Amino acid sequence: MPNLASPWLEKQRHLIDFTLASLGRRKTKNLGLLVAYALLVFVLASLALFTNALRTEATFVLAGSPEVILQRMVAGRHDLIPPGYLDKIGRIRGVQKKEGRLWGYYYDPVVNANYTFMARPAEEVASGTIMVGATLARARGLAAGNVISFRSYSGKLFAFKVASALSPDSELLSADLVLLSEADFRAFFEYPAGHYTDIALSVANPLEVRNIAAKLAEALPDSRPILREEVLRTYQSVFDWREGIVLTVLSGAILAFVILAWEKASGLSAEEKREIGILKAIGWETGDVIRMKLWEGLLISLTAFLLGFVGAYIHVFHFGAPIFEPVLKGWAVLYPRFTLVPAVDGLQIATLFFFTVFPYTAAVLVPIWRAAITDPDAVMR
Amino acid sequence: MLFQPAIIALLMAAGVAVLMLTAAAPFAVQVILRWDIRSGSEQQLALERRTYLFSTLLSFVFVIQLAALLLFVFNADRLSGMFVGAMCAVGTLNVNDYGFPSLISQMGVFFLAAMWLAINHVDTRAPDYPLVRIKYGLLLLLLPVLVLSFWLELQYFLGLKANVITSCCGSLFSGDAKTIAGEASGMEAQPAIFLFYSGLTAAIGLALWHWRRGSRRSGYLLAAASAAAFVAAIIGVLSFISLYIYEHPHHHCPFCILKPEYDYQGYWLYLPLFTATAAGLGAGALQPFARVRSLASVIPDVSARLAGVAAVGYSLFIAVATYFILASKLILIEH
Amino acid sequence: MIELSNIKKAFNQGKPNEYWALNGIDLTLEAGKVTAFRGPSGSGKTTLLTLVGCLSRPTSGRVRFRGEDISGLPERFLTEIRRQSFGFIFQQLNLIKGLSALENVILPGFPTGRPRAELVASASQLFAQLKLEHRLHAKVEWLSGGEQQRVAIARALINNPQVIIADEPTANLDTALSREFMAILESFTAAGKTVLLTSHDPLVVESSAVHRVVGIRDGKLTDD
Repeated sequence: MPNLASPWLEKQRHLIDFTLASLGRRKTKNLGLLVAYALLVFVLASLALFTNALRTEATFVLAGSPEVILQRMVAGRHDLIPPGYLDKIGRIRGVQKKEGRLWGYYYDPVVNANYTFMARPAEEVASGTIMVGATLARARGLAAGNVISFRSYSGKLFAFKVASALSPDSELLSADLVLLSEADFRAFFEYPAGHYTDIALSVANPLEVRNIAAKLAEALPDSRPILREEVLRTYQSVFDWREGIVLTVLSGAILAFVILAWEKASGLSAEEKREIGILKAIGWETGDVIRMKLWEGLLISLTAFLLGFVGAYIHVFHFGAPIFEPVLKGWAVLYPRFTLVPAVDGLQIATLFFFTVFPYTAAVLVPIWRAAITDPDAVMR
Repeated sequence: MLFQPAIIALLMAAGVAVLMLTAAAPFAVQVILRWDIRSGSEQQLALERRTYLFSTLLSFVFVIQLAALLLFVFNADRLSGMFVGAMCAVGTLNVNDYGFPSLISQMGVFFLAAMWLAINHVDTRAPDYPLVRIKYGLLLLLLPVLVLSFWLELQYFLGLKANVITSCCGSLFSGDAKTIAGEASGMEAQPAIFLFYSGLTAAIGLALWHWRRGSRRSGYLLAAASAAAFVAAIIGVLSFISLYIYEHPHHHCPFCILKPEYDYQGYWLYLPLFTATAAGLGAGALQPFARVRSLASVIPDVSARLAGVAAVGYSLFIAVATYFILASKLILIEH
Repeated sequence: MIELSNIKKAFNQGKPNEYWALNGIDLTLEAGKVTAFRGPSGSGKTTLLTLVGCLSRPTSGRVRFRGEDISGLPERFLTEIRRQSFGFIFQQLNLIKGLSALENVILPGFPTGRPRAELVASASQLFAQLKLEHRLHAKVEWLSGGEQQRVAIARALINNPQVIIADEPTANLDTALSREFMAILESFTAAGKTVLLTSHDPLVVESSAVHRVVGIRDGKLTDD
């Protein structure tokens, strides 16, 4: 079997062998750098993984919401939909379903939180019963069969029996949700008969949504159509923006790391200088030393990246990213507990590389060169 | 502007590249004025030591450019969800007038850097560094190109506003559009297929010829053929290959094939194509210096190897494209 | 084999502490012979050795090795020649601590791209010749002075060079080990190698193994 290994390949193997031995000989110095490096990757990767998981979660959850929500505006503020409005929409091509929705906010002084009350058809929720979101259930200690009373805005006390708690799978959107029958809703809020909060429309073809929104705005000039794709885009924007802010804050950390890397690479001990001098004296040329040091940088980078990324993965998907949660999820009283779907994305990893390995390499290039041009002369004397 | 990590990363990478090349400029001037390989003076020795630094820096810049180009396209595709009317990278790039020029300039930098690296490699193999002045002169010429590329990219990202309605690939690459892209996409299948295969086969043939018995003439021809093959390949992708991948007779977009929905098939096409073109252009870039005595044996050797890479790259590209066509359920040509 | 014409070497050129280590040296060294350089410290002996051994370039003048002018060669090519044709034994020995004797010896072979197995085989052969087989894998800092000396010699020989250069080889050795070294030196000559060395030691300079002694003082040769 012919030996396919070219001299170039053998040489790289030799350089890697020497690098590994060399790293082993200076464990403490390199360990410090490795830890700092891995920590940086850990923090940045956690940020990226967490934000991406939130984005994915939002997209996934919003998939079930209607393509268009129509609100009525009076003097620029959201007002109730009057009776007959639904019919004014008439038949618009592409609209599969249109229904009036009933929902509103209720402030619970017990936990200092706002709940969203929503009316559902009688088949789903019987009169006198409610279904509550999992976070709400936890906050008020509710289980199926319990009875809970709410004081309406008119001062009257309404008692409801909890039929069930909503599944934790939908917790991100249903955290503060209370579902009740239409009759109960109207009675509780003293909602004017025949009025609705807004109208939900289902559209089959996503490309038609903008056209339909335009037609609706034409037919009902006092309405405001809200498109699901816009909501999604806004969420994406917000998460992007939040990620960007945290990243900017962390840029200080990246800079500190870059300076550390530069220092470590420049601060050659006398022993290291001597070693390089010896290598050059016995037949290594500057290019060989540079190549060897680049392998060193690459090995450190890959190890730190792997450690940091795996750590971040565990941090985010097993522990729920306790470090970033408050900043990235937003300000609210009721925090839903939801499991993030593990998702790793090529773009993320590539971007992560640009924020960690790239600055590190850029920082050590000049120190590596300076070390490599050590004059072997000194070693002779 | 969109405050998005990938964008920050791309701008940072481009900025650092410009900084590194700017730092190299004074050294380049020094080399052009004072280089004297025969001299043993300390000044000359210091210059020689410095060439190691700038060689390393520039190889680094080149690798980063390549990675940045991939990230740029990947990200443009990912960002398409943010813009109304955008379904893929084309929409994102069309948000303002700087998108496509930025992409083209980045590709230009990539190819120019490949050629510079070929010349650099050859120069260091000769004991008298015969091309050192030319090399650093070319570097000084590369700097404004890099600055322009950075500026275009910056303008593009600064102008990315989420509330702008952009057009999707359907309108840009439709056969009716009166643009170059439209013309290319609108080409009839049969002449397009003929142009594609003949152009690429010519390139492969020239590459193999140059690899076996290279000469200055074959080197220049190879560079020209590589450029032509690149254009033929892109036209091919626009006019018929993409149709087969999408299994849709009117979807001509060259970027949607990079999407995960299509199993990232686009990368299998573009990576060999770009590598082969860079290698072919590199081989041509070396030929002006083939008469230099000290490079008499080096240049034919290196350019032959580059020709080999080009041959392999283009063959791979043709093979993959043909596979996509045969494996597709679309029938464009009745026989 | 090695010709030096009007060699001058300066350090810190252009600066106030400019210093000329070599001031016009003309010298021809024959192949297969042992040449010893003697002179006081600061005379330029070591600088001369580095120049002859392709470790540095002259500020002016010509160096010819096997008829080829190597004075204008850039580092990369100079190193290539040095790797193939020259082996160095330093006064301080300069072995890398933390590595084994074997690893130290095969280091000069790394840039050549020779497979590791081949390098190890050559090293083992050398170790056998120098009676060091049992210390192959020992860390160099645990070796005795004499053993370290022999490891340094093995390292100089790993690429099978034509010229051996040794700087004050017996400076840190006792008489017995010095005699041992001179015996090894004779085996080099027997193998047809050229040897250049510097020494103060009369044991070396007056030894029968040495064919020629050259004096050097203040960067110039003195007749001997």
